[in-house]
Amino acid sequence: MADLRFTKDHEWVRLEGDVATVGITAFAQDQLGDVVFVELPAVGKKVEQGKDAAVVESVKAASEVYAPLDGEVTEVNDALTGDPALVNADPMGAAWFFKMKVANKAQLDGLLDQAAYDAYVKGLA
Amino acid sequence: MSEQSSGPLLRTPLHALHVELGAKMVPFAGYDMPVQYPTGVLREHLHTRDKAGLFDVSHMGQAFFEGPDAIAALETLIPGDVAALADGQMRYTMLTDDKGCILDDLMVTRMSADRLFLVVNAGCKEDDYAHIQKKIGGRAKLTRREDRSLLALQGPAAATVLARIVPAVAQMNFMTALETTFDGVDAIITRSGYTGEDGYEISVPNESAVQVARRLLSQPDVLPIGLGARDSLRLEAGLCLYGHDIDTTTTPIEATLAWTISKRRRAEGGFPGAAIVQTQLADGPARKRVGIKPDGRAPAREGADVVDEHGAKIGTITSGGFGPSVEGPVAMGYVATAFAKIGTRVGLVVRGNTLPATVTAMPFAPHRYFKA
Repeated sequence: MADLRFTKDHEWVRLEGDVATVGITAFAQDQLGDVVFVELPAVGKKVEQGKDAAVVESVKAASEVYAPLDGEVTEVNDALTGDPALVNADPMGAAWFFKMKVANKAQLDGLLDQAAYDAYVKGLA
Repeated sequence: MSEQSSGPLLRTPLHALHVELGAKMVPFAGYDMPVQYPTGVLREHLHTRDKAGLFDVSHMGQAFFEGPDAIAALETLIPGDVAALADGQMRYTMLTDDKGCILDDLMVTRMSADRLFLVVNAGCKEDDYAHIQKKIGGRAKLTRREDRSLLALQGPAAATVLARIVPAVAQMNFMTALETTFDGVDAIITRSGYTGEDGYEISVPNESAVQVARRLLSQPDVLPIGLGARDSLRLEAGLCLYGHDIDTTTTPIEATLAWTISKRRRAEGGFPGAAIVQTQLADGPARKRVGIKPDGRAPAREGADVVDEHGAKIGTITSGGFGPSVEGPVAMGYVATAFAKIGTRVGLVVRGNTLPATVTAMPFAPHRYFKA
């Protein structure tokens, strides 16, 4: 779990080799409420740190999911399309959004670690 | 109706109860209101369609308009037929402006020949009262009732639940009112609501609001429901939200609310903008409010463009989201009349993509109002 990092936009990213798995945090799903729709990027799509990569919608509102790093989408979690509520049930596990080949691992150093993210979220309450 | 407002947020008498129940509070029309409880929007919505939900709608404006000339005077500001109501009957109508556009939508209840009970939108109430006072304040007496709270109990179990406490409500017809008592508290109960379900709105003095709410919440089958589910319930029911689906740029005819205007009022006019409304009734409006159902799973939200098969803009979505009972996305909006026919294929532009959709009859979820 050493490589788990977070953005201030409430995405999580776990790096294994060159491949990062991306999802939204437990805090994010709680803020959104019941998720009813997820739009995933196309495999092969080039994404940029901080730019739109996916969309998650609750009953009330649509929210963007931003790419936490530069890279290219290699795999998406199709389970979310059929069962968007998985995002509420297991945001940090089974409800990952996409995997990406990371272009610049150094960008990871700019993201928050667990302690820093927890402190950041506490500050929002 | 604006969801934001400057200055400190107002609180309804039930505010502390919402917080105690774990509600997530958000600003709405100048009030700090519960958007959802720990149950969550989806389950709150489904529970209301299945059992009964309790809503705090105390932010809405309650007023009396009283005097021998009250009915005739009010009809000069609304196209609704108040004169045709019997005592204890109510009607959905709207305040119009000189262009025939909608200043607010409201409920008018004829308590008696010289006493009308008005319920108006929270975000419009100051303007509504000023308008009524200025135009017809000399003909009858307008009294704001900020001292009263309003609770809505909605859903198929609402009648059973409320009749345990106030037995007479079981016999009430849809869109009628009863002045009665609730556990000794004076109450005006109407069989009406904003969900498409059977149900009641219960007006009680502020000091008794918490007691009444707790008594209802202690009944089996009743859960507190927030504004999130209130919005998805009314959208599935095809009901307009002021400031979104209707406003000062839309007429009742464009909004397909002609059903609220009786034959007599259509013929006689006598309300602001009547000539424009009468012309639109005769010739048809250039655009109409319609239901629109996206084919896929992606909701189209307020502001999305509606386009024809060539991609040309033909309208705009004014309310859209996910319908938990429909189990899919639902929307309403305005389209050019040529595209308003049920079954017309249209496109909805969402995040740059055009999603296929169909003009659909509303309500999306069938109304289940009580008819004796």
